[in-house]
Amino acid sequence: MQTDQQTRATVWPDQIFDVFKETGITQVAYVPDAGHAKLINRCQDEKSMHTVSLTTEEEGVAMLAGSWMGGAKGVLLMQSSGVGNCINMLSMFQECRLPLLMLVTMRGVWGEFNPWQVPMGGSTASALTGAGVIVHSAERAEDIRDTVYASTLLAFQTCRPVAVLIQQRVIGFKNWSK
Amino acid sequence: MATKLKTPAGLDRRKVVAALLADRGDALVVTGLGSPTYDTYAAGDHDLNFYLWGGMGGAAMVGLGLALAQPKRRVLVITGDGEMLMGLGSLATIAVDAPKNLAIAVIDNGHYGETGMQRAHTGRGVDITGMAQAAGFKSSTTVRSMADLNEWLTTFHRKPGPVFGDIKVSAAPAPMALPLRDGTAIRHRFRAALLGTDALK
Repeated sequence: MQTDQQTRATVWPDQIFDVFKETGITQVAYVPDAGHAKLINRCQDEKSMHTVSLTTEEEGVAMLAGSWMGGAKGVLLMQSSGVGNCINMLSMFQECRLPLLMLVTMRGVWGEFNPWQVPMGGSTASALTGAGVIVHSAERAEDIRDTVYASTLLAFQTCRPVAVLIQQRVIGFKNWSK
Repeated sequence: MATKLKTPAGLDRRKVVAALLADRGDALVVTGLGSPTYDTYAAGDHDLNFYLWGGMGGAAMVGLGLALAQPKRRVLVITGDGEMLMGLGSLATIAVDAPKNLAIAVIDNGHYGETGMQRAHTGRGVDITGMAQAAGFKSSTTVRSMADLNEWLTTFHRKPGPVFGDIKVSAAPAPMALPLRDGTAIRHRFRAALLGTDALK
């Protein structure tokens, strides 16, 4: 039997998927990440959505500029280590006042095993803020749905780039013993 | 050591881009920063030109997003060799996604024209046509003459994509021609022309 905590830990990807459906997100660009694995699978199985696998996160930033110019809404799914890759491409969003929704799963901040994740994890929020992106953070599983929903509205209703940081505490520990 | 420019040989970039856009129909055009943006403007300003002045390496991916959002319209990306080299991974991404309505033309002078004419890898033997082909583009062509170009135009405008062309042009500078550069103005104009003025609400 699942505990409440385990239930919360497994439903948030479904809740994000429901927000995408409700808000008309049709393009999903991603660099694979374990934290987003379930959400990516759900989007791939959904006929109204088109998923695009990227070689680097900045491709997704550029792609979503084109998506919105063409009248579609998209989202970029990525891990905190990829935020640094996006910085110059984000200038397009500030200069053209384009909406952008980024969902960033955090590494390097809570219970991390890999020390190489720590530098980018520590500077993710400030790097995004410095690049003109509004940053929201979801610290607990039960906050994720509303934070993603509010960020989606903010991004597309006000034409601003918005990132949601899904904190590592929500994602749980990575088991390195197997 | 400063790079010594050889006597400019090859195609006139302005004539090339004018030919690429002469029969653009209802195509949507994305231009890579620097000379391709100026060349496209010089060929005739158009509301459906998305002139990029930054975001180097992103032109092809902007084209992909647009092509996915507007599957019934042809999307033409006109960019430079240095810009394309900065986004080589996007050739793999686009080939895998395989949008039928996307075509990319690289105006390849083998140099970085905006920054002092340093040689680019394309001017040192790197074959980006081969890279696009190896990535899996449906069509990938190097264009070296106006006759080649005239033959390739049908592919650029009509052949199921993704289509890639690397057009070898002279490194000679072209006269100044600067389009609108305010990003919000460019995006307002483009979206109003494509989606109607309701898109501005």
